[in-house]
Amino acid sequence: MRTVTIVGASLAGLYAARELRAQGFDGRLVIVGAEPHHPYDRPPLSKDFLLGRADENRLALADPEETAALDAEWLLGVRARGLDTRGRTVLLGDGRTVSTDGVVIATGAAARRLPGDSLAGVHTLRTLDDARALRADLTRGPRRVVVIGGGFIGAETASSCARLGHAVTVVEAAPLPLVPQFGARMAAVCAALHRRGGVELVTGTGVAALRGTATVTGVDLTDGRTLPADVVIVGIGAVPHTSWLTGSALALHDGVLCDDGCVTALPQVVAVGDVARAGGTRAEHWTSATEQPRVAVTNLLAGRTLTTARPVPYFWSDQYGCRIQFAGRYREGDTVHVTEGEIADDGAPGASGFLARYERDGRTVAVLGVDRPRAFLRARRALQRTEGRPDERRRVAPAVL
Amino acid sequence: MIPVCRLEDLPEGESVRVATTPPIAVFRTEDGELYAIDDTCTHQDASLSEGWLEGCLVECPLHAASFDLRTGEPTCLPARRPVRTHRVTVEDGVVHVHLGAEEGTAA
Repeated sequence: MRTVTIVGASLAGLYAARELRAQGFDGRLVIVGAEPHHPYDRPPLSKDFLLGRADENRLALADPEETAALDAEWLLGVRARGLDTRGRTVLLGDGRTVSTDGVVIATGAAARRLPGDSLAGVHTLRTLDDARALRADLTRGPRRVVVIGGGFIGAETASSCARLGHAVTVVEAAPLPLVPQFGARMAAVCAALHRRGGVELVTGTGVAALRGTATVTGVDLTDGRTLPADVVIVGIGAVPHTSWLTGSALALHDGVLCDDGCVTALPQVVAVGDVARAGGTRAEHWTSATEQPRVAVTNLLAGRTLTTARPVPYFWSDQYGCRIQFAGRYREGDTVHVTEGEIADDGAPGASGFLARYERDGRTVAVLGVDRPRAFLRARRALQRTEGRPDERRRVAPAVL
Repeated sequence: MIPVCRLEDLPEGESVRVATTPPIAVFRTEDGELYAIDDTCTHQDASLSEGWLEGCLVECPLHAASFDLRTGEPTCLPARRPVRTHRVTVEDGVVHVHLGAEEGTAA
């Protein structure tokens, strides 16, 4: 393999570049990024960056020394618009083409949009440019902020806005936020965190329309109410960036379909990070984006699926001064026990946090910790031993009869 | 020289956080060795004293960056910069940390 092109210059793309070099690939390495920036870390955007506690230099994922050592051609600020059917040429938005032997798809996901969200004052929070624009809007004195969506981005952004002194309302269409991720009992704890943080949480109603002519002035809810707003943040999930692959030989269904070794239908094309539906699962987790490239690159260089990975999912969220960590896979019907610490009378975590275990058929399948990093880490390790399949295993080639 | 705790209050395999500025993490490994490093992970805000201790390595509880307690050097990503190490002594059964040690001189 003489040329490998990584499409996507964020966390998963950078980790793929590191793995390629670490695993001995010494050919031409091309990295295509839609954003003009070198790889940066997204999680701080809704937290320390918005609060003004981390500047842009702190977000860089690689220092100049490491970037130089990767010896890659960076094509930044240009989108890929196609992959030819044999996967040997990447077509770029500016008309250029890159001939390549291998492709790593790491195009991530884009923030889901709402109709009418081009009004001034309406934001999504996914990219550095998004965060810059929102930060600028939030430094113009106290604002009435409406956050649409009570997921992680919504909750963290609401928390940051409240801490900056703005009046914040979160609108969540479901009866409670984060039920699919945490189940109702722990979702109620998250709802209580909003209230404790002085943020109003409106649940069980959708958004009918954004109000305003040039600048947003309010949010019309489906229950007939209107929430006045100077700033609206739309945090209703993300859509994997696959449209550029339409018409290629790759199977797409809410992500790029690949096996649990991240290999697509074409052995010279692998997918990693938010865009990859690996082994039937698409995870938008920081940790997945850093773990998948290792197996993906091994398999890409081998030309077939040698190794697979199905680590126990892990993610975290910092909101309202609490650090929530979660590992495992929650399914409806799991029972939840608080095994350490306690939930306070207001429904939010007690002063020293807590640890909760999710059980199914008598065994622990997931664990949630709030401000209990040590106990959580121990529980997560135990979970990896029991629930995680071995990180790497030789796949036995099916016998040819 | 900062007194930390009595040696018997720091069992093997455990760690303690000293609320200095910046905070320091003191570890007693399974082999009984004592090490002290800056407590805050150089990658992002997380306390290494709450990390996973294995041999002479500690893994950050947030993103699994790993540091060698003897040198302060990161052994894997996402951390790229080392943490400072500090010398540790035991006097009259009390663990002490000596601030300002250079890299590679942890006791």
